[in-house]
Amino acid sequence: MPIRFQHKPGLVVYITAGDPSLDATRSIAVAAIDAGADVIELGVPFSDPLADGPIIQRASERALKHGVSLKNVLGLAGEIRAARPEAGLVIFSYLNPILRYGLSRFADDAAAAGVDGVLATDMIVEEAAEYLAALDCVHLAPIFLAAPTSPDERLEAIASHSKGFVYAISRTGITGKQQSLAADAAALVARIRRWTTLPVAVGFGISNADHVAQVAEFADAAVVGSAIVELIERSTPDEAPGAVARFIKGLRLPETALAR
Amino acid sequence: MASVILPAIPSESRPGRFGIYGGRYVPETLMAALVELEREYEIAKADAAFQAELNALLTDYAGRPTPLYFAKRLTESLGGAKIYLKREDLLHTGAHKINNALGQGLLAKRMGKKRIIAETGAGQHGVATATVCALLDLACVVYMGEVDMARQELNVMRMRLLGAEVRSVSSGSRTLKDAISEAMRDWVTNVRTTYYLLGSALGAHPYPTMVRDFHRVISREMKEQILEKEGRLPSAVIACVGGGSNAIGAFYEFLHDRQVRLIGVEAGGNGTELGQHAARFRGGVPGVLQGTFSYVLQDENGQIASTHSVSAGLDYASIGPEHAALHDSGRAEYVAQDDAAALDAVVKLARTEGILPALESAHAVAEAIRIAPALPPRDILVVNLSGRGDKDMGILARELNLKRI
Ligand SMILES: Cc1ncc(COP(=O)(O)O)c(C=O)c1O
Repeated sequence: MPIRFQHKPGLVVYITAGDPSLDATRSIAVAAIDAGADVIELGVPFSDPLADGPIIQRASERALKHGVSLKNVLGLAGEIRAARPEAGLVIFSYLNPILRYGLSRFADDAAAAGVDGVLATDMIVEEAAEYLAALDCVHLAPIFLAAPTSPDERLEAIASHSKGFVYAISRTGITGKQQSLAADAAALVARIRRWTTLPVAVGFGISNADHVAQVAEFADAAVVGSAIVELIERSTPDEAPGAVARFIKGLRLPETALAR
Repeated sequence: MASVILPAIPSESRPGRFGIYGGRYVPETLMAALVELEREYEIAKADAAFQAELNALLTDYAGRPTPLYFAKRLTESLGGAKIYLKREDLLHTGAHKINNALGQGLLAKRMGKKRIIAETGAGQHGVATATVCALLDLACVVYMGEVDMARQELNVMRMRLLGAEVRSVSSGSRTLKDAISEAMRDWVTNVRTTYYLLGSALGAHPYPTMVRDFHRVISREMKEQILEKEGRLPSAVIACVGGGSNAIGAFYEFLHDRQVRLIGVEAGGNGTELGQHAARFRGGVPGVLQGTFSYVLQDENGQIASTHSVSAGLDYASIGPEHAALHDSGRAEYVAQDDAAALDAVVKLARTEGILPALESAHAVAEAIRIAPALPPRDILVVNLSGRGDKDMGILARELNLKRI
C-alpha cells in the first residue's frame, strides 16, 4: 500500500518493537494510530545500535533481553496491519538482522505481513543494488535517510531511490531528544525538494509540539522516536498505550490538526 | 605430478571491496566524511612530501626499521623450523599501532581537523593515538570499554598522562566493539570538526585499505631483512588477528609469493561455544558490523555475539574485510590459539629469549610453538611480534600466580 500522510502535519511514530513486550508494542502502535500517527516505524532491536542514543539503546536492550527477533517483529507487523489496515507501516532496522534473515526472504515476509516500507539505518544508496531489487520485487518502499552533510549529488540519488517518503535527519548526530530544532533541517528539506515530489519527513530529536509545529512549516511530516520510547520506558505496560496516545494528540497544535 | 590449484589472490574488485567483503555500511551522515577522507588520503598517498614526513617520523620518532631477530634459543628448544621475530614490540609506545596512528594523524592535520577520536581495546591504539596527538598538538578523546579499562589500566593512565581524555563505555559487552560504536556515535555528531582515527583494518572504506597501507611497511622490511639474512623467503608468516591490522601489514608484501604460507591466529578464548572465543572463522557468518561486510560472530537472529579472549586486542566479533577475502580464497590460513596457549607462549618466550610479548602477539607465538617442531630445520617461520607485554602485567600476575612464585 502506498504510504500516505492523512494529517497535516504528518506524524511518523517510531517504537522499538518488543519494548517492553511484543503485546505491549501492538497495543501502543494501535493507540498511536488512533491518536493520529500516519506511519508507524517498527524498530527492530539490535545489539549494536551505533546510530542510536541512550534512550533507544536501552529500549533495544530491554527487547533483546526477552529474545525479540526480526521474525517476531514481522509477526507483530502483521497483527498491526490486520488491526489498522489504513496506517503506514515501516520496518526500521540495522542491516545485519535483515542479512541474517535473508534479504529476499525478509522482503517476501515483510510484504506478506502488510509492511509498506523499509528503512535500514546503515544502508546507503551506493551499496543498495541487491537490497533495492529485493524490495522492488514485492513492492516494498525503500526509505533512505538524507543528512545535513549529504551533498546535492547524494541527495539526488537518495531522493530518486526512495519511495513513500524521504527521511531528512534534522541534525548531525544520533537519535535522542533535544531542546531546540536544528537550523540545518529547513535548509536540508529545501535541498531535497529540488530532487523529488515525495513527501519529506524530518526526524531525530523531535520531542514536543513546538518542534512539530516548526517542522510543519517546511516539511510534510515529523518523526517522533526517542520522546515516545522514553515515555514507554517511564510507563507501566498497561499505561503506555494511553500515555502515548495523549502525547501524540498533544503534538499537533489545534490550528494545524485536521479532524480525522 | 598432481596438478595443484593455486589459491586465488583476492584483489580489490572496486575501491574498498575485497572479493565480496568490505564496502560502506554507515549512517548517511558519515558518507560525506568518508568520501572526503578517501579523496584526501589518495592525494596524500601520492604526495612525496607527505610520505617523506611520515617516513621521517617512522624512522626518528617511532624507531623504524624494527629488527628481524632470530630467536635462537626458542628455535633450539622446539627443535624444528627456524623462528624469526619481527620486533614491532620495540617501536615507540610498544606496538605496531603507532605506524597507523602517525599516518592518520598526519592526514588529519593536513585535513585541518583539530579534534581526534579513537577507540581502543588493549589500549595500545589509544596510547599510540594519544601520543601522536601530543606530538601534533591535536585534541584527543579515546573511547574504551569498561571491561578493557579495568584489565588494561596501565594504558589508561598512559593515555591520560599524554593529555588524552579517556571515556569509558558501559554499553553492550563493554569491550572493543562497544568502544567502536561509541566512537562512531561521537563521529556522527561531530563529523564536521572531528577526525576518527580508527585503529585496525576494519570499518567502512577507506579505513581497511588505508590502515593496511600504513602497516605495509612491516612486510616490506620483513622481506628485505629475511632475504638479507637467509637469502630466501620464509616458509610462513604468522600474525595474530584482532581487527587484522598487524596481520595484513605482515602479509601484504608476500601475497604474491605463493610459497609463503600466511597464517592468521585468532583468539580461541576458553572454549568453542559462541561467546567463549573470538575466532570469527570458527562459527562466524558473513554480515555487517560497524560499517563493513565481513565474518561476524552472531546468533541466529543476527544479533552480535559476545566474545571472550584473555587479550583485549583480539576480543572482537568481526574481522577486517580483506582477511575475510583472504580466508575464502585460501591464500591465507586462519587458526585459533586459546587463552592457555597464549599464556604459555608468554612464559616460553620470556624464558627462552628474554622477550615479554603482548598477550595478543603471544597468540601468534603460540602457533609458531605448535607447528615448528614438526617442520624441517630449513623452514623459516617469521612471527610478527606486534607488541610488548608490559601492559599485561596485571593480567599476567593474576593468571600466572606471579605474586606467589
Ligand atoms: C600488540 C597488539 N597486537 C595486536 C592487536 C590486534 O589488533 P590488529 O589485529 O589490528 O593487529 C592489538 C590491539 O590492540 C595489540 O595491541
